[in-house]
Amino acid sequence: MATKAKTRAKAAQASEAPLFYETGDHAAHPASPTLLGFWIYLMSDALLFASIFATFGVLGTSYAGGPTAREIFDLPLVALNTAILLVSSITYGFAMLAMERGAIRTVQAWLALTALLGMSFVGVELYEFGHLIAEGATPQRSGFLSAFFTLVGTHGAHVSFGIIWIGVMLVQVQKRGLIAENRRRLLCLSMFWHFLDVVWIGVFTYVYLLGMMR
Amino acid sequence: MFDQSLSKTIFGRLTWESFPIHEPILIGTFAVVALLGLGIVGAVTKFKLWGWLWREWLTTVDHKKIGIMYMILGIVMLLRGFADALMMRLQQAMAFGGAEGYLNAHHYDQIFTAHGTIMIFFVAIPLIAGVINFVMPLQIGARDVAFPYLNSLAFWLTVAGAVLVMISLFVGEFSTAGWLNYVPVANLQNSPGTGPDYYLWALQIAGVGTTLSAINLVTTVIKMRAPGMTMMKMPVFTWTALCSQVLAIAIFPALTGAFAMLMLDRYLGMNFFTNDLGGNPMMYWNLVWIWGHPEVYVLVLPVFGIYSEITSTFSGKRLFGYSSMVYATVVITILSYLVWLHHFFTMGSGASVNSFFGIATMVIAIPTGAKIFNWLFTMYRGSIRFELPMMWVVAFMITFVVGGMTGVLLAVPPADFVLHNSLFLVAHFHNVIIGGVVFGLFAGMYYWFPKAFGFRLDPFWGKVSFWGWVIGYWVAWTPIYIVGLMGTTRRVRHFDDPSLQIWFIIAGIGALIILVGILAFVIQIAVSIINRDKLRDTTGDPWDGRTLEWSTSSPPPPYNFAFTPVVHELDAWYDMKQRGIARPASGFRKIHMPRNTGTGVVLGGLAIVLGFAMVWYIWWLAALAFAGVFAVAIGHSFNYDRDYYIPVDEVKREEQARTRLLAAGA
Repeated sequence: MATKAKTRAKAAQASEAPLFYETGDHAAHPASPTLLGFWIYLMSDALLFASIFATFGVLGTSYAGGPTAREIFDLPLVALNTAILLVSSITYGFAMLAMERGAIRTVQAWLALTALLGMSFVGVELYEFGHLIAEGATPQRSGFLSAFFTLVGTHGAHVSFGIIWIGVMLVQVQKRGLIAENRRRLLCLSMFWHFLDVVWIGVFTYVYLLGMMR
Repeated sequence: MFDQSLSKTIFGRLTWESFPIHEPILIGTFAVVALLGLGIVGAVTKFKLWGWLWREWLTTVDHKKIGIMYMILGIVMLLRGFADALMMRLQQAMAFGGAEGYLNAHHYDQIFTAHGTIMIFFVAIPLIAGVINFVMPLQIGARDVAFPYLNSLAFWLTVAGAVLVMISLFVGEFSTAGWLNYVPVANLQNSPGTGPDYYLWALQIAGVGTTLSAINLVTTVIKMRAPGMTMMKMPVFTWTALCSQVLAIAIFPALTGAFAMLMLDRYLGMNFFTNDLGGNPMMYWNLVWIWGHPEVYVLVLPVFGIYSEITSTFSGKRLFGYSSMVYATVVITILSYLVWLHHFFTMGSGASVNSFFGIATMVIAIPTGAKIFNWLFTMYRGSIRFELPMMWVVAFMITFVVGGMTGVLLAVPPADFVLHNSLFLVAHFHNVIIGGVVFGLFAGMYYWFPKAFGFRLDPFWGKVSFWGWVIGYWVAWTPIYIVGLMGTTRRVRHFDDPSLQIWFIIAGIGALIILVGILAFVIQIAVSIINRDKLRDTTGDPWDGRTLEWSTSSPPPPYNFAFTPVVHELDAWYDMKQRGIARPASGFRKIHMPRNTGTGVVLGGLAIVLGFAMVWYIWWLAALAFAGVFAVAIGHSFNYDRDYYIPVDEVKREEQARTRLLAAGA
């Protein structure tokens, strides 16, 4: 029965003379694969963070006689920094809403504000690092501190890269406006920025909050 | 005093002593390499080919040319890696009892490290990337990959890594810590030299390239398939390429992370993998093997795809059990992520953990076995043509099955406690990598060579090469299995027990037989180029193929397909041939294509400078190179003019030439 149905379907297909080559113009410009590609990149980046998280998980209590998490973390400061980063995600969201309306100036303003918040975040983090190092809690002191500085620092390096990217986009939006390429790039940057937010929530809970409970 | 500190600032730790002028072997090698290099540069200059080389190859974003360049890189590095292998075989055949052999321990350690590193990272990975790059877009009826510029960049970063490894041969030294640069040997306190740093920078740079390439290829499969090609109508090779590259994306971050942390240990004195201050060396082993085991499948899955295509074509039959083949591939992809710990059962994780990983490892044999049966059933009652690609398939099935079985044996934790780090293990993984990956790559090269260049490879020298490899493999590795089972350990430069020597001499003879196979391959390429008119393929379909790459000309035009094919069946091209569908000979249109760019090759060059400067602590140069990478990458993003149209006249000219060729052939 099934084979019969299949042959019939085949015969029907043949009688309709199926198309074997696209001779029209419609397939010349498929939808851009960039967003999917960038999303896949973000997933690989997430796995890079995962490997550092795992290492922190293993080395997180290897104090080697040095300072413990509870002794060195300044939770109110980190909470402030968390708030700064979360707000920067909101401001980026407003930039995207403005992009939908095509309001170039508004996009630039929100982007600039996002970059400023990002810089404050990195600034506070550097202050925290400097403070720890001055206290003798250096990355070389113990496995725990190596993993701590590397995990938080890798996130900070990503945010710094994001800030440079925002700078580049400000110039490119200024020069060319919200053309398709620039919109696509802003969308990628948006994913990147929110992704860093998500990673930070992981860092905040897993490194800082859990560290205070140990 | 002042001079010394000035030279430190300018040259870092690079001094005259860094050049190994006291090593006659290296001086000889350098002379040969320098002469060859000068010869090539001289020839390119004499025939005024620099402009052509730059325009047509170095700056190209054409997936076919990038694929071919990957193959060239892989074959050149194969010669280097095999030279290392011969040196080890010679040393181990000589160094018994009172005889010390001809290599000192430090040199020998560098050779086995370089051999493994090069063979996996700069032979197998580029060859796989090359085949996928060349074939996959053609199989899915696309005109290029999803991100052509990224493709070029990924390739040049891989080259940069290879160049750094080669530089380490003549300036400084290479790592002595094994092919994964194991701690604690690679820790700063145990290896203060440049070796592990060369290793780390070369592999980080090449690793970024591999990750970018994988992202690109996965996106291409997902987004660029011809209309009608649903997932279950994709050719098997495309399926395996997809799974392999998804896996690559999932594992390379772990390797990058592990290497980055080892770099922090070595450069900034951190304590990730040190023996004191809370470091944990086994964490490094876990991370690199989370990469390392799946990597085996990154390499072997596409090769399974190659075998499937060839078996089906040369048996004149549809592949037996297509969907089971796809599911087996997906299952292997997932399982491969769950077995890494079997590389160090002896770490002492306890019985339950070891049992889990042991059983997971054995389970992989089930989908792999299903594949073997699928190939056998495809051949069963087929009209088999024993052309060279098919001969490699048969050699693979016989050889690989033995490697698979010894693998299952090693997966049993109690057995592994005895065999861990023995030559039995070394024989096992050479059995699966040579018998699986290398044989498959040769099969693929013979199969798709006419598609890439428009003529076949000479069959006589191909057969010499085939028998050299197959016989050589068995003569070289059977004795290693035997001494391994008797308890001989790996990475040993000198043996005391003279009764073992005969086995190593036999293994050395085997390596020489493989050398015959390699030389015959090189001769074959030269002979085939000379006789190319006799070996010419005018049809574009020399093997009576079944998938879309055979529907276009050999070599394909830059745009691959003048009209995008529409897919109705699994074997799309076979389907077209059955229905007597001819390609349209008129109605051509201009074709939208990506423009060439030199950014990839420039970034690759800067990456070499960055790596070299970091290895030698030349901080100013490293900072400059780093800034250069940023400047060039950002500068490139300001270039919005990235595509162009191939004018309709050119398309017409190209396609009419093909119509004439086809008519002449018929």
